[in-house]
Amino acid sequence: MMLEILQSIASGIPLSIALTIVAFVSGAVLGMPLCGMRASNAQPVRVLSGALVLTLRSIPPIVWLFFIFFGLGADFIQISPFEAAALGLGLITAANMAEIYRGALTAIHPGQWEAAAALNLPPLYRFVDVIGPQLFRIALPSGATYAIGLLKDTAIASTIGVPEIAFEAYHTSQRTFHSLDVYAVAGLFYILISLSLAALTRWADVKLRARVAR
Amino acid sequence: MTELFGFWWEWLPTLLSGLQLSLAVTAVALLFGIPLGLILALGVQSKRAVWHVLSLFIIETGRGAPALILLQFTYFGLPSAGIALSSFVSASLALAWCTGAYTSEIIRAGLDAVPHGQKEAAAAIGLTDWDALYFVILPLALRVSVPPLFGFAILMLQASSLCFAIALPELVSQAYVIGSNTFQYMQILLLAGLLYAVICIPATIAVAALEARLGRHTD
Repeated sequence: MMLEILQSIASGIPLSIALTIVAFVSGAVLGMPLCGMRASNAQPVRVLSGALVLTLRSIPPIVWLFFIFFGLGADFIQISPFEAAALGLGLITAANMAEIYRGALTAIHPGQWEAAAALNLPPLYRFVDVIGPQLFRIALPSGATYAIGLLKDTAIASTIGVPEIAFEAYHTSQRTFHSLDVYAVAGLFYILISLSLAALTRWADVKLRARVAR
Repeated sequence: MTELFGFWWEWLPTLLSGLQLSLAVTAVALLFGIPLGLILALGVQSKRAVWHVLSLFIIETGRGAPALILLQFTYFGLPSAGIALSSFVSASLALAWCTGAYTSEIIRAGLDAVPHGQKEAAAAIGLTDWDALYFVILPLALRVSVPPLFGFAILMLQASSLCFAIALPELVSQAYVIGSNTFQYMQILLLAGLLYAVICIPATIAVAALEARLGRHTD
Protein backbone atom coordinates (compact mmCIF):
# COMPACT_ATOMS: atom_id res chain seq x y z
CA MET A 1 0.00 0.00 0.00
CA MET A 2 2.71 2.40 1.07
CA LEU A 3 4.69 1.52 -2.03
CA GLU A 4 1.72 2.32 -4.24
CA ILE A 5 1.28 5.69 -2.51
CA LEU A 6 4.96 6.47 -2.91
CA GLN A 7 4.93 5.53 -6.59
CA SER A 8 1.85 7.48 -7.54
CA ILE A 9 3.01 10.67 -5.77
CA ALA A 10 6.53 10.28 -7.13
CA SER A 11 5.07 10.26 -10.65
CA GLY A 12 4.42 13.99 -10.15
CA ILE A 13 8.05 14.84 -9.34
CA PRO A 14 9.24 15.37 -12.96
CA LEU A 15 6.51 17.92 -13.69
CA SER A 16 7.12 19.79 -10.42
CA ILE A 17 10.80 20.08 -11.29
CA ALA A 18 10.11 20.92 -14.95
CA LEU A 19 7.67 23.66 -13.98
CA THR A 20 10.15 25.10 -11.46
CA ILE A 21 12.92 25.15 -14.07
CA VAL A 22 10.82 26.65 -16.89
CA ALA A 23 9.33 29.34 -14.61
CA PHE A 24 12.67 30.14 -12.99
CA VAL A 25 14.67 30.36 -16.21
CA SER A 26 12.09 32.53 -17.98
CA GLY A 27 11.74 34.70 -14.88
CA ALA A 28 15.51 35.04 -14.43
CA VAL A 29 15.84 36.18 -18.07
CA LEU A 30 12.80 38.51 -18.07
CA GLY A 31 13.94 39.95 -14.73
CA MET A 32 17.03 41.47 -16.35
CA PRO A 33 15.32 44.00 -18.66
CA LEU A 34 12.85 44.69 -15.85
CA CYS A 35 15.72 45.49 -13.49
CA GLY A 36 17.30 47.63 -16.22
CA MET A 37 14.05 49.57 -16.57
CA ARG A 38 13.90 50.15 -12.81
CA ALA A 39 17.38 51.68 -12.97
CA SER A 40 16.53 53.79 -16.05
CA ASN A 41 17.17 57.53 -16.20
CA ALA A 42 13.74 58.18 -17.73
CA GLN A 43 11.22 58.64 -14.95
CA PRO A 44 8.15 57.22 -16.79
CA VAL A 45 10.03 53.97 -17.47
CA ARG A 46 11.13 53.79 -13.85
CA VAL A 47 7.63 54.39 -12.46
CA LEU A 48 6.00 51.98 -14.90
CA SER A 49 8.43 49.13 -14.18
CA GLY A 50 8.19 49.79 -10.44
CA ALA A 51 4.39 49.57 -10.62
CA LEU A 52 4.63 46.37 -12.67
CA VAL A 53 6.92 44.71 -10.11
CA LEU A 54 4.69 45.80 -7.23
CA THR A 55 1.52 44.53 -8.95
CA LEU A 56 3.05 41.16 -9.87
CA ARG A 57 4.17 40.68 -6.28
CA SER A 58 0.98 41.93 -4.60
CA ILE A 59 -1.56 39.63 -6.23
CA PRO A 60 -1.43 35.99 -5.03
CA PRO A 61 -0.04 33.44 -7.54
CA ILE A 62 -3.31 31.48 -7.57
CA VAL A 63 -5.15 34.57 -8.86
CA TRP A 64 -2.59 35.00 -11.67
CA LEU A 65 -2.85 31.32 -12.62
CA PHE A 66 -6.67 31.40 -12.64
CA PHE A 67 -6.66 34.67 -14.55
CA ILE A 68 -4.38 33.22 -17.23
CA PHE A 69 -5.93 29.76 -17.39
CA PHE A 70 -9.65 30.45 -16.94
CA GLY A 71 -9.71 34.12 -17.99
CA LEU A 72 -7.37 34.38 -20.98
CA GLY A 73 -7.67 30.67 -21.69
CA ALA A 74 -11.47 30.73 -22.02
CA ASP A 75 -11.87 33.83 -24.12
CA PHE A 76 -8.73 34.56 -26.07
CA ILE A 77 -6.00 31.99 -26.43
CA GLN A 78 -5.65 28.23 -26.31
CA ILE A 79 -3.41 27.49 -23.36
CA SER A 80 -2.60 24.23 -21.57
CA PRO A 81 -2.50 24.07 -17.75
CA PHE A 82 1.29 23.66 -17.79
CA GLU A 83 1.78 26.65 -20.09
CA ALA A 84 -0.56 28.79 -17.99
CA ALA A 85 1.28 27.84 -14.79
CA ALA A 86 4.70 28.44 -16.39
CA LEU A 87 3.58 31.82 -17.72
CA GLY A 88 2.05 32.98 -14.42
CA LEU A 89 4.86 31.77 -12.19
CA GLY A 90 7.42 33.01 -14.73
CA LEU A 91 6.02 36.55 -14.60
CA ILE A 92 5.98 36.56 -10.78
CA THR A 93 9.54 35.22 -10.79
CA ALA A 94 10.60 38.00 -13.19
CA ALA A 95 9.36 40.63 -10.71
CA ASN A 96 11.14 38.97 -7.79
CA MET A 97 14.35 38.36 -9.73
CA ALA A 98 14.37 42.01 -10.85
CA GLU A 99 14.41 42.98 -7.17
CA ILE A 100 17.20 40.48 -6.45
CA TYR A 101 19.29 41.85 -9.36
CA ARG A 102 18.66 45.38 -8.13
CA GLY A 103 19.95 44.45 -4.69
CA ALA A 104 22.99 42.76 -6.23
CA LEU A 105 23.74 45.80 -8.43
CA THR A 106 24.05 48.05 -5.38
CA ALA A 107 26.60 45.60 -3.95
CA ILE A 108 28.94 46.05 -6.93
CA HIS A 109 31.58 48.70 -6.30
CA PRO A 110 31.02 51.84 -8.46
CA GLY A 111 34.72 51.66 -9.35
CA GLN A 112 33.94 48.60 -11.47
CA TRP A 113 31.66 50.65 -13.75
CA GLU A 114 34.20 53.48 -13.87
CA ALA A 115 37.08 51.13 -14.64
CA ALA A 116 35.10 49.44 -17.41
CA ALA A 117 34.27 52.86 -18.87
CA ALA A 118 37.88 54.01 -18.51
CA LEU A 119 39.03 50.98 -20.49
CA ASN A 120 36.63 52.17 -23.20
CA LEU A 121 34.76 48.86 -23.28
CA PRO A 122 31.57 49.06 -25.35
CA PRO A 123 28.46 49.11 -23.08
CA LEU A 124 27.51 45.51 -23.96
CA TYR A 125 30.94 44.18 -22.95
CA ARG A 126 30.96 46.28 -19.80
CA PHE A 127 28.01 44.22 -18.75
CA VAL A 128 28.97 40.84 -20.19
CA ASP A 129 32.63 40.81 -19.11
CA VAL A 130 32.79 43.02 -16.02
CA ILE A 131 29.46 43.57 -14.26
CA GLY A 132 27.57 40.43 -15.30
CA PRO A 133 29.86 37.81 -13.75
CA GLN A 134 29.99 39.69 -10.43
CA LEU A 135 26.23 40.22 -10.49
CA PHE A 136 25.66 36.52 -11.07
CA ARG A 137 27.85 35.53 -8.14
CA ILE A 138 26.18 38.01 -5.75
CA ALA A 139 22.64 37.17 -6.88
CA LEU A 140 23.17 33.38 -6.74
CA PRO A 141 22.32 32.74 -3.04
CA SER A 142 19.16 34.90 -3.05
CA GLY A 143 18.19 33.52 -6.45
CA ALA A 144 18.54 29.98 -5.14
CA THR A 145 16.47 30.78 -2.05
CA TYR A 146 13.83 32.15 -4.36
CA ALA A 147 13.98 29.04 -6.57
CA ILE A 148 13.31 26.84 -3.54
CA GLY A 149 10.30 29.02 -2.67
CA LEU A 150 9.20 28.74 -6.31
CA LEU A 151 9.35 24.94 -6.14
CA LYS A 152 6.83 25.13 -3.30
CA ASP A 153 4.70 27.61 -5.25
CA THR A 154 4.45 25.13 -8.13
CA ALA A 155 2.08 23.15 -5.86
CA ILE A 156 -0.46 25.86 -6.75
CA ALA A 157 -0.44 24.59 -10.35
CA SER A 158 -2.34 21.53 -9.09
CA THR A 159 -5.43 23.78 -8.80
CA ILE A 160 -5.53 24.23 -12.58
CA GLY A 161 -4.79 20.56 -13.24
CA VAL A 162 -1.05 20.26 -13.83
CA PRO A 163 -0.32 16.67 -12.74
CA GLU A 164 2.62 17.50 -10.42
CA ILE A 165 3.26 16.32 -6.85
CA ALA A 166 0.36 18.13 -5.12
CA PHE A 167 -2.07 17.06 -7.86
CA GLU A 168 -1.02 13.41 -7.64
CA ALA A 169 -1.23 13.61 -3.84
CA TYR A 170 -4.80 14.88 -3.99
CA HIS A 171 -5.91 12.14 -6.35
CA THR A 172 -4.02 9.43 -4.46
CA SER A 173 -5.69 10.52 -1.21
CA GLN A 174 -9.12 10.44 -2.86
CA ARG A 175 -8.44 6.94 -4.16
CA THR A 176 -6.78 5.29 -1.15
CA PHE A 177 -8.29 7.22 1.79
CA HIS A 178 -4.84 7.20 3.43
CA SER A 179 -4.81 11.00 3.33
CA LEU A 180 -2.55 11.51 6.35
CA ASP A 181 0.26 9.38 4.90
CA VAL A 182 -0.26 10.73 1.40
CA TYR A 183 0.19 14.39 2.36
CA ALA A 184 3.07 13.56 4.72
CA VAL A 185 4.82 11.83 1.81
CA ALA A 186 4.07 14.73 -0.55
CA GLY A 187 5.49 17.20 1.98
CA LEU A 188 8.56 15.01 2.40
CA PHE A 189 9.17 14.95 -1.37
CA TYR A 190 9.13 18.76 -1.50
CA ILE A 191 11.53 18.94 1.46
CA LEU A 192 13.90 16.42 -0.16
CA ILE A 193 13.95 18.30 -3.49
CA SER A 194 14.52 21.60 -1.64
CA LEU A 195 17.42 20.09 0.30
CA SER A 196 19.11 18.81 -2.86
CA LEU A 197 18.62 22.19 -4.53
CA ALA A 198 20.17 23.90 -1.49
CA ALA A 199 23.14 21.50 -1.53
CA LEU A 200 23.66 22.12 -5.25
CA THR A 201 23.69 25.89 -4.71
CA ARG A 202 26.16 25.69 -1.84
CA TRP A 203 28.46 23.66 -4.07
CA ALA A 204 28.13 26.19 -6.92
CA ASP A 205 28.70 29.08 -4.52
CA VAL A 206 31.91 27.51 -3.15
CA LYS A 207 33.17 26.86 -6.70
CA LEU A 208 32.46 30.42 -7.82
CA ARG A 209 34.06 31.92 -4.72
CA ALA A 210 37.16 29.78 -5.21
CA ARG A 211 37.53 31.16 -8.72
CA VAL A 212 37.37 34.75 -7.51
CA ALA A 213 39.76 34.21 -4.61
CA ARG A 214 42.50 32.90 -6.92
CA MET B 1 -16.77 49.49 -19.94
CA THR B 2 -20.05 50.36 -18.17
CA GLU B 3 -21.02 46.73 -18.64
CA LEU B 4 -17.87 45.69 -16.75
CA PHE B 5 -18.51 48.12 -13.91
CA GLY B 6 -22.14 46.98 -13.71
CA PHE B 7 -20.95 43.37 -13.44
CA TRP B 8 -18.40 44.33 -10.79
CA TRP B 9 -21.00 46.32 -8.82
CA GLU B 10 -23.34 43.34 -8.84
CA TRP B 11 -20.77 40.90 -7.43
CA LEU B 12 -18.65 43.19 -5.26
CA PRO B 13 -20.61 42.43 -2.04
CA THR B 14 -20.04 38.68 -2.52
CA LEU B 15 -16.33 39.21 -3.10
CA LEU B 16 -16.10 41.52 -0.09
CA SER B 17 -17.65 38.87 2.14
CA GLY B 18 -14.97 36.51 0.80
CA LEU B 19 -12.29 39.10 1.49
CA GLN B 20 -13.57 39.41 5.04
CA LEU B 21 -13.04 35.69 5.52
CA SER B 22 -9.54 35.92 3.95
CA LEU B 23 -8.65 38.67 6.42
CA ALA B 24 -10.17 36.71 9.33
CA VAL B 25 -8.22 33.54 8.59
CA THR B 26 -5.02 35.59 8.09
CA ALA B 27 -5.58 37.37 11.41
CA VAL B 28 -6.17 34.13 13.31
CA ALA B 29 -3.11 32.53 11.71
CA LEU B 30 -0.92 35.49 12.71
CA LEU B 31 -2.44 35.72 16.19
CA PHE B 32 -1.50 32.12 16.95
CA GLY B 33 1.44 31.79 14.56
CA ILE B 34 3.63 34.67 15.76
CA PRO B 35 3.62 33.60 19.44
CA LEU B 36 4.31 30.08 18.16
CA GLY B 37 7.22 31.54 16.18
CA LEU B 38 8.59 33.12 19.37
CA ILE B 39 8.28 29.81 21.25
CA LEU B 40 9.98 27.97 18.38
CA ALA B 41 12.78 30.55 18.18
CA LEU B 42 13.45 30.08 21.91
CA GLY B 43 12.96 26.31 21.59
CA VAL B 44 15.65 25.99 18.92
CA GLN B 45 18.13 27.78 21.20
CA SER B 46 17.14 25.56 24.13
CA LYS B 47 19.83 23.33 25.64
CA ARG B 48 17.26 20.58 26.27
CA ALA B 49 17.58 18.21 23.33
CA VAL B 50 13.83 17.40 23.28
CA TRP B 51 12.81 21.04 22.83
CA HIS B 52 15.55 21.68 20.32
CA VAL B 53 14.62 18.72 18.11
CA LEU B 54 10.87 19.26 18.41
CA SER B 55 11.15 22.97 17.50
CA LEU B 56 13.46 22.18 14.62
CA PHE B 57 11.03 19.57 13.32
CA ILE B 58 8.04 21.96 13.39
CA ILE B 59 10.10 24.71 11.73
CA GLU B 60 11.57 22.55 8.99
CA THR B 61 8.28 20.90 8.07
CA GLY B 62 6.41 24.22 8.18
CA ARG B 63 8.97 25.90 5.92
CA GLY B 64 9.87 22.93 3.78
CA ALA B 65 6.42 21.76 2.71
CA PRO B 66 4.30 24.04 0.52
CA ALA B 67 1.50 25.87 2.37
CA LEU B 68 -0.97 24.12 0.05
CA ILE B 69 0.22 20.70 1.28
CA LEU B 70 -0.04 21.84 4.93
CA LEU B 71 -3.61 22.97 4.27
CA GLN B 72 -4.58 19.69 2.63
CA PHE B 73 -2.77 17.76 5.36
CA THR B 74 -4.87 19.38 8.08
CA TYR B 75 -8.14 19.31 6.12
CA PHE B 76 -8.03 15.98 4.26
CA GLY B 77 -5.31 14.20 6.25
CA LEU B 78 -6.22 14.69 9.90
CA PRO B 79 -9.75 13.20 9.52
CA SER B 80 -8.18 9.85 8.61
CA ALA B 81 -6.47 10.03 12.02
CA GLY B 82 -9.87 10.69 13.62
CA ILE B 83 -9.56 14.48 13.88
CA ALA B 84 -12.12 16.20 11.64
CA LEU B 85 -11.85 19.99 11.55
CA SER B 86 -13.96 22.58 9.76
CA SER B 87 -12.27 24.26 6.79
CA PHE B 88 -11.81 27.49 8.79
CA VAL B 89 -10.16 25.72 11.73
CA SER B 90 -7.90 23.58 9.55
CA ALA B 91 -6.96 26.63 7.46
CA SER B 92 -6.09 28.56 10.63
CA LEU B 93 -4.11 25.62 11.97
CA ALA B 94 -2.13 25.08 8.76
CA LEU B 95 -1.40 28.77 8.21
CA ALA B 96 -0.46 29.24 11.90
CA TRP B 97 1.98 26.33 11.50
CA CYS B 98 3.43 27.98 8.43
CA THR B 99 3.53 31.38 10.18
CA GLY B 100 5.21 29.92 13.26
CA ALA B 101 7.89 28.26 11.13
CA TYR B 102 8.73 31.36 9.09
CA THR B 103 8.42 33.94 11.88
CA SER B 104 10.65 31.85 14.17
CA GLU B 105 13.49 32.66 11.75
CA ILE B 106 12.58 36.35 11.73
CA ILE B 107 12.41 36.47 15.54
CA ARG B 108 15.62 34.47 15.88
CA ALA B 109 17.39 37.03 13.70
CA GLY B 110 16.03 39.73 16.05
CA LEU B 111 17.26 37.85 19.13
CA ASP B 112 20.69 37.41 17.54
CA ALA B 113 20.84 41.15 16.84
CA VAL B 114 20.68 41.97 20.58
CA PRO B 115 24.25 42.66 21.77
CA HIS B 116 25.56 40.03 24.16
CA GLY B 117 26.39 42.71 26.75
CA GLN B 118 22.68 43.27 27.32
CA LYS B 119 22.28 39.70 28.53
CA GLU B 120 25.34 39.97 30.75
CA ALA B 121 24.13 43.28 32.18
CA ALA B 122 20.72 41.77 32.92
CA ALA B 123 22.40 38.86 34.71
CA ALA B 124 24.72 41.25 36.57
CA ILE B 125 21.82 43.18 38.11
CA GLY B 126 20.31 39.88 39.21
CA LEU B 127 17.37 39.50 36.82
CA THR B 128 16.07 35.96 36.42
CA ASP B 129 16.35 34.46 32.91
CA TRP B 130 12.65 35.04 32.38
CA ASP B 131 12.75 38.68 33.50
CA ALA B 132 15.85 39.32 31.43
CA LEU B 133 14.04 37.94 28.39
CA TYR B 134 10.81 39.81 29.05
CA PHE B 135 12.15 43.22 30.12
CA VAL B 136 15.46 43.46 28.30
CA ILE B 137 16.00 41.06 25.38
CA LEU B 138 12.54 40.83 23.79
CA PRO B 139 11.82 44.58 23.60
CA LEU B 140 15.14 45.06 21.80
CA ALA B 141 14.78 41.97 19.60
CA LEU B 142 11.20 42.64 18.52
CA ARG B 143 12.11 46.15 17.39
CA VAL B 144 14.40 44.55 14.81
CA SER B 145 11.78 41.94 13.90
CA VAL B 146 8.77 44.19 13.43
CA PRO B 147 9.26 45.34 9.80
CA PRO B 148 9.91 41.82 8.46
CA LEU B 149 6.96 40.55 10.51
CA PHE B 150 4.69 43.08 8.80
CA GLY B 151 6.14 42.01 5.47
CA PHE B 152 5.35 38.43 6.35
CA ALA B 153 1.77 39.37 7.30
CA ILE B 154 1.26 40.64 3.73
CA LEU B 155 2.56 37.34 2.34
CA MET B 156 0.19 35.49 4.68
CA LEU B 157 -2.84 37.35 3.32
CA GLN B 158 -1.74 36.22 -0.12
CA ALA B 159 -1.20 32.66 1.12
CA SER B 160 -4.75 32.61 2.52
CA SER B 161 -5.87 32.46 -1.14
CA LEU B 162 -4.69 28.82 -1.11
CA CYS B 163 -7.63 27.98 1.16
CA PHE B 164 -9.48 27.72 -2.15
CA ALA B 165 -8.16 24.16 -2.24
CA ILE B 166 -9.93 23.20 1.00
CA ALA B 167 -13.29 24.75 0.11
CA LEU B 168 -13.09 27.73 2.46
CA PRO B 169 -15.32 30.39 0.83
CA GLU B 170 -12.67 33.13 0.89
CA LEU B 171 -11.98 35.71 -1.83
CA VAL B 172 -10.56 33.39 -4.52
CA SER B 173 -13.18 30.69 -3.92
CA GLN B 174 -15.97 33.26 -4.24
CA ALA B 175 -14.45 34.64 -7.43
CA TYR B 176 -14.11 31.12 -8.84
CA VAL B 177 -17.74 30.23 -8.06
CA ILE B 178 -18.99 33.47 -9.62
CA GLY B 179 -16.78 32.79 -12.64
CA SER B 180 -18.13 29.29 -13.14
CA ASN B 181 -21.74 30.52 -12.81
CA THR B 182 -21.46 33.52 -15.13
CA PHE B 183 -18.60 32.31 -17.38
CA GLN B 184 -17.03 35.74 -16.90
CA TYR B 185 -13.87 34.40 -15.27
CA MET B 186 -11.67 37.16 -16.52
CA GLN B 187 -13.82 40.03 -15.27
CA ILE B 188 -14.36 38.59 -11.80
CA LEU B 189 -10.74 37.47 -11.35
CA LEU B 190 -9.63 40.95 -12.37
CA LEU B 191 -11.77 42.38 -9.56
CA ALA B 192 -10.42 39.81 -7.08
CA GLY B 193 -6.87 40.72 -8.11
CA LEU B 194 -7.66 44.41 -7.68
CA LEU B 195 -8.95 43.80 -4.16
CA TYR B 196 -5.69 42.06 -3.21
CA ALA B 197 -3.68 44.82 -4.88
CA VAL B 198 -5.61 47.57 -3.10
CA ILE B 199 -4.56 46.07 0.24
CA CYS B 200 -1.12 44.68 -0.54
CA ILE B 201 0.41 47.50 -2.61
CA PRO B 202 -0.06 50.29 -0.01
CA ALA B 203 0.92 47.84 2.74
CA THR B 204 4.14 46.90 0.90
CA ILE B 205 5.03 50.56 0.41
CA ALA B 206 4.29 51.28 4.10
CA VAL B 207 6.51 48.39 5.26
CA ALA B 208 9.36 49.60 3.03
CA ALA B 209 8.98 53.10 4.52
CA LEU B 210 8.96 51.68 8.06
CA GLU B 211 12.06 49.64 7.30
CA ALA B 212 13.87 52.70 5.96
CA ARG B 213 12.82 54.73 9.02
CA LEU B 214 13.94 52.15 11.57
CA GLY B 215 17.13 51.44 9.65
CA ARG B 216 18.03 55.15 9.63
CA HIS B 217 20.26 55.00 12.70
CA THR B 218 21.94 51.68 12.10
CA ASP B 219 23.92 52.53 8.96
